[in-house]
Amino acid sequence: MENLIRYVPLLLNGVLVTVALALISLLFATLFGALGAAGRISRRPLASGAVLLYTTLVRGIPDLVLLLLVYFGGQRLLNNLASFLGLGPVSLSPFWAGVVAIAFIYGAYLTETFRGAYQTIPHGQVEAAQALGLRGFALHWNVTIPQLIRFALPGYANVWQVLVKSTAVVSVIGLEDLVGIANEAGKTAREPFIFYMAVLAVYLFITWISTTLFEAMERRYAVPLAHAR
Amino acid sequence: MKRILASVASILCLSAAGPALALNICIEGAYPPFSELADDGTLVGFDVDIANALCDEMNVECEMVKVDWDGIIPALLEKKCDAIVASMSITPDRAQVISFTDKYYNTPARLVAAKGTDLVDSPEGLAGKRLGVQRGTVHQPFAEAHYPDADIVLYGSQDEANLDLIAGRLDAVMADSVVLSLGFLETPQGADYAFFGEPHLDPAIHGEGVGIGVRKEDNDLREQLNGAIAAIRESGVYDDISGKYFDFDIYGE
Amino acid sequence: MRCRSPMRVDLILANWTLFAAGVWMTLQLTLLALLIGFCIALPAGLARARRQRFWSPLLQGYVYLFRGTPLLVQTYLIYYGLSQFAFVRESWAWLVLRDPWWCALIAFSLNSGAYATEIIRGAVETTPKGEAEAAMALGLSPRQRDFLVLIPSALRRALPQYGNEVVFMLHGSAVASVITLQDILGVGRTLNARFYLAYEGILTAALLYMAITFVLVGLFRMLERRYLRHMRPRSA
Repeated sequence: MENLIRYVPLLLNGVLVTVALALISLLFATLFGALGAAGRISRRPLASGAVLLYTTLVRGIPDLVLLLLVYFGGQRLLNNLASFLGLGPVSLSPFWAGVVAIAFIYGAYLTETFRGAYQTIPHGQVEAAQALGLRGFALHWNVTIPQLIRFALPGYANVWQVLVKSTAVVSVIGLEDLVGIANEAGKTAREPFIFYMAVLAVYLFITWISTTLFEAMERRYAVPLAHAR
Repeated sequence: MKRILASVASILCLSAAGPALALNICIEGAYPPFSELADDGTLVGFDVDIANALCDEMNVECEMVKVDWDGIIPALLEKKCDAIVASMSITPDRAQVISFTDKYYNTPARLVAAKGTDLVDSPEGLAGKRLGVQRGTVHQPFAEAHYPDADIVLYGSQDEANLDLIAGRLDAVMADSVVLSLGFLETPQGADYAFFGEPHLDPAIHGEGVGIGVRKEDNDLREQLNGAIAAIRESGVYDDISGKYFDFDIYGE
Repeated sequence: MRCRSPMRVDLILANWTLFAAGVWMTLQLTLLALLIGFCIALPAGLARARRQRFWSPLLQGYVYLFRGTPLLVQTYLIYYGLSQFAFVRESWAWLVLRDPWWCALIAFSLNSGAYATEIIRGAVETTPKGEAEAAMALGLSPRQRDFLVLIPSALRRALPQYGNEVVFMLHGSAVASVITLQDILGVGRTLNARFYLAYEGILTAALLYMAITFVLVGLFRMLERRYLRHMRPRSA
């Protein structure tokens, strides 16, 4: 127990790394997901096919495996790209390798989430908006996107919860996130049990906070119909 | 079209060497007393001190990059760092992939088991026994060659193998003798364990000692490092560092 | 233009037997964990759906713990965490826990059990009321009603989600490689370490996982077509 207390500052640092990794990955995953969904929905067969290939392939690979592939294989691609552009070597840190791998995987899941949500929007609404003279960006901004958020929220919350847990695997390539630090400190102190218990507690706390936040958001976005009654 | 193909080829497979202004040094960080993580998260140990002394000697800025053992040679090849100072033995196998400086220390490998064990250090003595070694170290091919009938279990780091020896999942571990004695046997957890058998130094597998790994094309860096190793040996800096950790001559003859 | 290090396909092919053994270990761990997880989840999911006074809160805790934390840490906890205690090492449990294979199987089974419990709970809770009423009208006993009507119907509806869980477990099983097991990823990493490769071993592992995933997904599509036929929109 004293050992655990001695390592608290380091562990808190690890929590920050874990949370930062999860949030930045979510940001990029959302971006990939939005682009992917746009591609899937578009009537261009090339874009739609490319996205389908992306989501199918990525969802066939375990997160840990893709992570190792990005970290070791990705570094070579990056170096070759950099030297081709006449730049010096660029180092891919475990953190950014983690962001790339996680964002890539969960971007594929979000593609499906967003696409599903988009298809839930009754087509009549788009037609009504078009009849009102809304086109392109204005149509999406005012009519489709707000509803997309409402319909996608439960799925999005789900992906976030899985994504947070996925960040744990980045410790395997030496990232000093919560798991990585607890792992090393636990082994050095030869008391791994208590360190892993602490890690579990932190993850449960993150899960609990996220559930609470997402539930609040879902209530907020679910309002209109309830009030109309 | 040809040019596009050539560009693609260059992105996919070729990379030119760029001169490094500052040196990044790959360190393992899970190999006490040579490298480990202190309470405050900094890297400490013999390898770290040697790396710093060499950088001072060469008058370059150095940054320590902590890389797991598994990925340490790829990390060098992929330019995550410019030199490996991680107690890496100079072996013919590895010399096909990277090049090495002169040795900066040399110690034999040994076996450890519970005190008073009746295990015998021979192919028959370890047949069917669970022997833990670190994956990708010289001890893996050594164990495979010298104890072919043992059940060899591979670990990502030596600490993990030691933990499993204590837990009773392993009958014995094999590693560098200094790492085992200072990093394990002399700690409270290692109190019930001891060396058995003889020190092993098989030049065909263990090589000629521990050196610094650099990329094959970086011959200038290799020679600078050789000069620096000789210089710190000469100036007594090496002995100061060595005295901090060991009460014997770790450099070997 | 010269490739510094072309892909070493030769090394992968020369070691294909290792990969075959790795595939076998991955399949073994995944399928056994799913089986044991299912045996936990069936009674647990029913108890949760019926809000049994004693079991339901306990099971809720179990589900929350295993679904709310990473499988990697659960595996570490069982493998490295439990072996720290002398009383564990001196008990009968050590016969099982000393072996990394069993540790992985225990962690994976408990994890899969938690996810499957939620899936079954959801499926049972969404059973149309009419099915239970019809069973009663036919004069079935409560036990007959459960085993002949409600459970089969719930399992059918759980099929798509359970298919996801199967793939999820397959992917999760790659964690076995961090506790010394030579599963698909373990073999890939060992080859990488032995031949100082950057990615060839891992890439091979990735392709193998992908192939197994596709087979499993295809299998579940088939099952869905067969068992969820009644739920498809009728064609004109």
